[in-house]
Amino acid sequence: MKNAYESLLGGKQGAIGLLVLATLILVVFPLLLDTFRLNMVGKYLTYAFVAVGLVLCWGYGGILSLGQGIFFGVGGYCMAMFLKLEASDPESTKIQSTPGIPDFMDWNQITELPMMWQPFHSFSFALLAVIAVPTLLALIIGVAMFKRRVGDVYFSIVTQAIAAILTILIIGQQGLTGGVNGITDLKTLLGWDIRPDSSKVILYFVNAFLLLGCVLLGRFILTSKLGRLLMAMRDKEERVRFSGYDVASFKIFVFCVAAAFSAIGGAMFALQVGFMSPSFVGIVPSIEMVIFAAVGGRMSLLGAVYGTLLVSFGKTYFSESFPELWLYLMGGLFIVVVMYFPNGIAGLWETHGRKWLSRYSLGKKLFGVPEVKARVFTAKPVEKAAPRELETTP
Amino acid sequence: MKSVATNSPAGFQAAKPVLAIEGLTVSFDGFKAVNDLNLYVDRNEVHVVIGPNGAGKTTVLDLICGKTKSTAGSIEFEGRELTKMREYDIVRAGVGRKFQNPSIYENLTVFENLEMSYPAGRKVFGALFFKRSAQVIARVEEVAGEIFLSDFLDKQADLLSHGQKQWLEIGMLLMQDPALLMLDEPVAGMSVSERVQTAELLNRISQGRSVLVIEHDMEFVKSIAHRVTVLHQGKVLAEGSMEAVQSNPKVIEVYLGH
Repeated sequence: MKNAYESLLGGKQGAIGLLVLATLILVVFPLLLDTFRLNMVGKYLTYAFVAVGLVLCWGYGGILSLGQGIFFGVGGYCMAMFLKLEASDPESTKIQSTPGIPDFMDWNQITELPMMWQPFHSFSFALLAVIAVPTLLALIIGVAMFKRRVGDVYFSIVTQAIAAILTILIIGQQGLTGGVNGITDLKTLLGWDIRPDSSKVILYFVNAFLLLGCVLLGRFILTSKLGRLLMAMRDKEERVRFSGYDVASFKIFVFCVAAAFSAIGGAMFALQVGFMSPSFVGIVPSIEMVIFAAVGGRMSLLGAVYGTLLVSFGKTYFSESFPELWLYLMGGLFIVVVMYFPNGIAGLWETHGRKWLSRYSLGKKLFGVPEVKARVFTAKPVEKAAPRELETTP
Repeated sequence: MKSVATNSPAGFQAAKPVLAIEGLTVSFDGFKAVNDLNLYVDRNEVHVVIGPNGAGKTTVLDLICGKTKSTAGSIEFEGRELTKMREYDIVRAGVGRKFQNPSIYENLTVFENLEMSYPAGRKVFGALFFKRSAQVIARVEEVAGEIFLSDFLDKQADLLSHGQKQWLEIGMLLMQDPALLMLDEPVAGMSVSERVQTAELLNRISQGRSVLVIEHDMEFVKSIAHRVTVLHQGKVLAEGSMEAVQSNPKVIEVYLGH
């Protein structure tokens, strides 16, 4: 029990941090926001899955993937394909020249449901595919790259290229994927209408719980020996290799976990927003997600969630007011964070926030002044590792 | 007599070198850094390799531990051919290697550094569910005692002195309990008293295992070496006891002639 407490919640401080986040997304947002805004926050939180995955593979593993949109997208498409098939029953598509197939296929003169789509009639298959397909894809990319010791900036470039290729592929295969419009008009999940406000609230909570689950799983990984190995590999890869570890297998593992997290986010996106399109697969969204993690703090699972929320709110607000300026602002934000706050919001909190809070008795009681933990046996997540220079990123 | 000869394969193996390097050659774009090298390390032996800069000393260690792949020749370790094995398999077979610059995990504590080399949980899921058992803690504390770092277990490794970092890396190798320990300039950058302590440490840890050392400091070599091999231009120039090697005219020429 004590063990689970330490490894999942990260002791008292970790538990409080998680509690604050849980309260925010499970209580505060649902109470304060109307359904429209809540649904929007839900959408942001689906990106947070990607950011949490990036903390694992980039922050701790040192693997900067600029193609996490691939996994978000593939996860989303797997879910959207199931929902689309359900929405395309012969009754509601009877005006099509071929009833019973998705509308965009009909527009593309396709008269029979393609092989690839057949298994997506089954909900259990679709659920499995949401996780399995992106993970398998990550496994293939990981094995091909890490076993050959492709790393650093080369890995980033290759992932970015794959994201670009996948976007082009999706757009090109209009009859199969809905092309640039994506898969739209998703209606029901096993007969349950996902469009009304009441469903959106339920989906929001499902999404929030899944996200907290991913954060917990991430904590478990980081507090295990594997987490320490990741950090060790990031700093002294040769030493780890010549201590008897197959370095590539650990990189592949953490890359796959990050992919699986992203895929869950993608699937929840399709459910909450009601469509999936190639604009969430390519280079730009992939880089945006890296910025979320960087702003939140790439060494902090919780920080990544806050970073995602903050940057996404900023994006919505600014792109409504100054649509032209937003991209520059985002680029500037990234540069500032990389140069001056390499550990993001979480880093600022560790160095300033906690001190500030501890001046007040409440803060003292709840958060405590950071103290040296007694004995190493209680390995806690090293969320405040020494600031390191960020790798050069394009 | 006869019975000894027939049923003591163990006795026979003890006489066989732990590490036998034969005809080892590596060529980098035509430059032969190591050229048809033969080198043997016996059980319980501290074998020191010396030689001028560029003699190929570090390359030999790289070849043994698999960091560099050989062009020709064989490296046999306890009956297993290392040249075709992966790095981590070579380590698991019992070869530990310390790098020239102390190579430790600076963000982790001394305890965690040592624990990282504990030979359990070396695969992905093994590492995920690795438990810090009493056995692990005992072993870490035992090794920390050997390397003079008992009082520094909770200290972050980058706060150690240079010499202590060198010891820590040796300790990380000891955690693996290797049959062959390879040390690349273990006393570089150490103070005189630290050198004495390191010599004592090496003499202690060479009990029951073989140690292959690269070193420049002749005083230090004298205090630890059972056998010395002088490498020059990728080949063995001389081999024998420290005294024999030092009085060898070829060795004197290589060291003083340039």
